[in-house]
Amino acid sequence: MEALNAPVGVSHYLIVGAIMFVCGVVCMATKRNALGVLMGIELVLNGANVNFVAFGSEYLRPGTLGIGLDGQLIALFVIVLAAAEAAVALAITLNFYNNHATVDVDQADELKG
Amino acid sequence: MDEINWHSFFFLLFGLLACGFALGVVLSSNIVRMAFYLVLSLGATSGLFFLAGADFVGAMQLMIYVGGTLVLLIFGVMLTAKGPFISMTTSAGEWVLGAIVGGSLLAVLFSAATSVDAWQTAPGGVEKIETQVTATRLGMGLLGARVDKLEEKNPEQLAGMAGYLLPFEIVSVHLLVVLIGAAYLARPKKRAARGAATDLL
Repeated sequence: MEALNAPVGVSHYLIVGAIMFVCGVVCMATKRNALGVLMGIELVLNGANVNFVAFGSEYLRPGTLGIGLDGQLIALFVIVLAAAEAAVALAITLNFYNNHATVDVDQADELKG
Repeated sequence: MDEINWHSFFFLLFGLLACGFALGVVLSSNIVRMAFYLVLSLGATSGLFFLAGADFVGAMQLMIYVGGTLVLLIFGVMLTAKGPFISMTTSAGEWVLGAIVGGSLLAVLFSAATSVDAWQTAPGGVEKIETQVTATRLGMGLLGARVDKLEEKNPEQLAGMAGYLLPFEIVSVHLLVVLIGAAYLARPKKRAARGAATDLL
């Protein structure tokens, strides 16, 4: 029960962010489906977002030490950029699927010399 | 037994959900299940944002990420989910390689996260801080006026706390360009073929 009584600090958030980040990296590296790779990217961006919000939080850091509102602002930018990235990557994937009838990234080597 | 610290309790709950479903995304080989696990993982992350006092970012995480980006991704899954693409297995060698890379990266990040003493504990109890809605301050920050640290005396630090008007404009135009580009890329193939045919004629 000690875990329930101890107050949460920045490092707890960093650990959660690190686990999500590593899951995303492994997902990007091992999935063969192009959409699986996209999901890995989303996980990586979310792991980074957790860190930004944790460092900007007044609840976890004293007001003079934290980066204040910068963390939340950057997290908002990351969310918007992730939406843009997902839209373009999905369009490319669908185009690739229309042309080659597959979403296997191992077969997407037509541009290779 | 002391009183349960509900902040820690909900942090544990949402943190375990986020990490567990992130692991589920990695370990599952079924693309439809991966998409569902990803929705749950990102939803739990928004709970972590609420717990950190970032109410607006948490709401945006739910609305833009879970409600927008992931729905787009699920549409992609549904449009391409045909027989062999639903579950594509990875070879054992790639799993071993991925596990080695991921494990070493996790070890580095873990040691970095736990090595600083000031990050270990919360500053003097959560209940002392009064809650403030962040939407107004975030909006002012995006428009170029930082109202969150007006009492900052150090001029060097004040100079570093500029607003985000230019990045905001850039990201707006970027989003417009990206959406036009995505619509162009994903247009139906037939129209392009017909266009090429008329060009030939």
